Amino acid sequence: MLYDFEGIVMNYIKLLLLGVITFVAALAANWAHDLAYQIHAILIMVVAFSMFIWVLRGTDTPKVLQSNEHEYFDGVIRAGVIATAFWGIAGFLVGTFIAFQLAFPQLNFDWGQPFTNFGRLRPLHTSAVIFAFGGNALIATSFYVVQRTSAVRLWGGNLGWFVFWGYQLFIVLAATGYLLGATQSKEYAEPEWYVDLWLTIVWLSYLAVYMGTIVKRKEKHIYVANWFFLSFIITVAMLHVVNNLSIPVSFWGSKSVQVFSGVQDAMTQWWYGHNAVGFFLTAGFLGMMYYFVPKQAGRPVYSYKLSIIHFWALIFLYIWAGPHHLHYTALPDWAATLGMVFSIILWMPSWGGMINGLMTLQGAWDKLRTDPIMRMFVLSLGFYGMSTFEGPMMSIRAVNSLSHYTDWTIGHVHSGALGWNGMITFACIYYLTPKLWGRTKMYSESAINWHFWLATLGIVLYAASMWVTGIMEGLMWREVNDQGFLVNSFADTVSAKFPMYVVRGLGGVLFLSGALLMCWNMWMTIRGAKPATVTTPYATPAE
Amino acid sequence: MDTYSLLREIADSWVLLGMFGFFLGAAIWAFLPSQRQAREDASMIPFRDEKPRKSCTGTCADCSAAKLKGELNV
Repeated sequence: MLYDFEGIVMNYIKLLLLGVITFVAALAANWAHDLAYQIHAILIMVVAFSMFIWVLRGTDTPKVLQSNEHEYFDGVIRAGVIATAFWGIAGFLVGTFIAFQLAFPQLNFDWGQPFTNFGRLRPLHTSAVIFAFGGNALIATSFYVVQRTSAVRLWGGNLGWFVFWGYQLFIVLAATGYLLGATQSKEYAEPEWYVDLWLTIVWLSYLAVYMGTIVKRKEKHIYVANWFFLSFIITVAMLHVVNNLSIPVSFWGSKSVQVFSGVQDAMTQWWYGHNAVGFFLTAGFLGMMYYFVPKQAGRPVYSYKLSIIHFWALIFLYIWAGPHHLHYTALPDWAATLGMVFSIILWMPSWGGMINGLMTLQGAWDKLRTDPIMRMFVLSLGFYGMSTFEGPMMSIRAVNSLSHYTDWTIGHVHSGALGWNGMITFACIYYLTPKLWGRTKMYSESAINWHFWLATLGIVLYAASMWVTGIMEGLMWREVNDQGFLVNSFADTVSAKFPMYVVRGLGGVLFLSGALLMCWNMWMTIRGAKPATVTTPYATPAE
Repeated sequence: MDTYSLLREIADSWVLLGMFGFFLGAAIWAFLPSQRQAREDASMIPFRDEKPRKSCTGTCADCSAAKLKGELNV
């Protein structure tokens, strides 16, 4: 038998590192300038100390070296699928709650101030759904896809586990930070400097694991899904580092000061913000699409040519679209026009992806009738097509003057996020769960059907109410009487929006209940429960 | 020339041309008839390799590589 003696040396290095982290975190907990920093320091201290004890207990026992190159590294993917479902529920729940907070402001309970007001819960919702739900789905599926399309085990051994747990720690630090008031006030990039640094370490490890696997692949070609995943990982690393350039006020506090200021800061923020949509929520999820849609349909992707062209078009165009968030601001006109033009051109490569996905079903359209998972994939591609048409339209300056600052934007984001990202993630979870836990299929097919309809109805209620209320709000703000005075005050629009806010909240309830049904279905599948069956009573014909 | 103008000059001349050229190259490459076989092969990747591919060491019990070697007398 071969023993892992290098592992023992590594253990001493780990112990040293964890000991230093525990000590510094203890100092930080004592000298902290603010509450968020203090609680985070205590959290890090407890985590590092527990890991210290855990490593210490196994220090001098050499592990038996076993080659596991003959099987894929699926443990981390199983954890990722569960984490996706968990954070999905958390994110949808908070989203539904804050939707009702907008309709009924009394839900900003006095006893919960300032921790549970809308302002602090909103970033918790957006980060939970985008980075926790979406991010875990991306990490899990990318690890699954890269192994199966490279025909080798994930590179880096336990580095895969570091990526998973490191990412969960990032989520917990970000989420608790928002509630405790640590924010740098950049949309979708709210976490403060030390959380940003931690994410950078985790993200570079993710890149290393992914690249390492592609480098040692046994397949000649790098499959198109990997191109999309890789572009997502690299671009997000670049966006994250540049947008979060800041200088901490003190090492012992969470507050930091941005390096950019004024309109440069705004431009950097929306260059980041829109490309987070473009590369996190689009390129990464297209990577999922290019593997799981052909697998579920049982036929190769419609056109490999189209996938190459639309990949490069998407990569070259998306990066310029950011300035459409800054129409009618201090940003120079030429920059805003540039952003608008590129956003409109972007319509084409986006639809290239949609067409490629949908047409993969050519000759297998009958699956829509029988396979609820396929139906989810198709619906998600439909929403992808819809929101990538709506987006370019809203980026046109004239349309934007009506839609900007209204709930139309919120509706647009949610038709993309719930429809495209949500639906494709649910479909992938339904595909992966039986595969990863060695079951033939999901426990209940009718529960998938119910989930499909609950979620679809939820999205329809959400998007429709936001279109109505957004356009109404925009028109009310610009309405002037024959004297040239504005007709409506801001509070008038708020009260006019009330019914639509209630409908939106109900949409959220439906979407959330569908996801809860999914969790139950996952639980039953993983547990290996057998569906209850009744044999048809045998009737003896009367003679 | 200040940094901004210099970068601007480079960005909207050679860099723009270079990026557009790269894109055209990729698009033409995607359509090359000689690549058809490779494209078809690549599109079938998801349907192989449910298990990691083994590297051939010639040590399997029923080694087909060794058998082939024997038949060919090499």
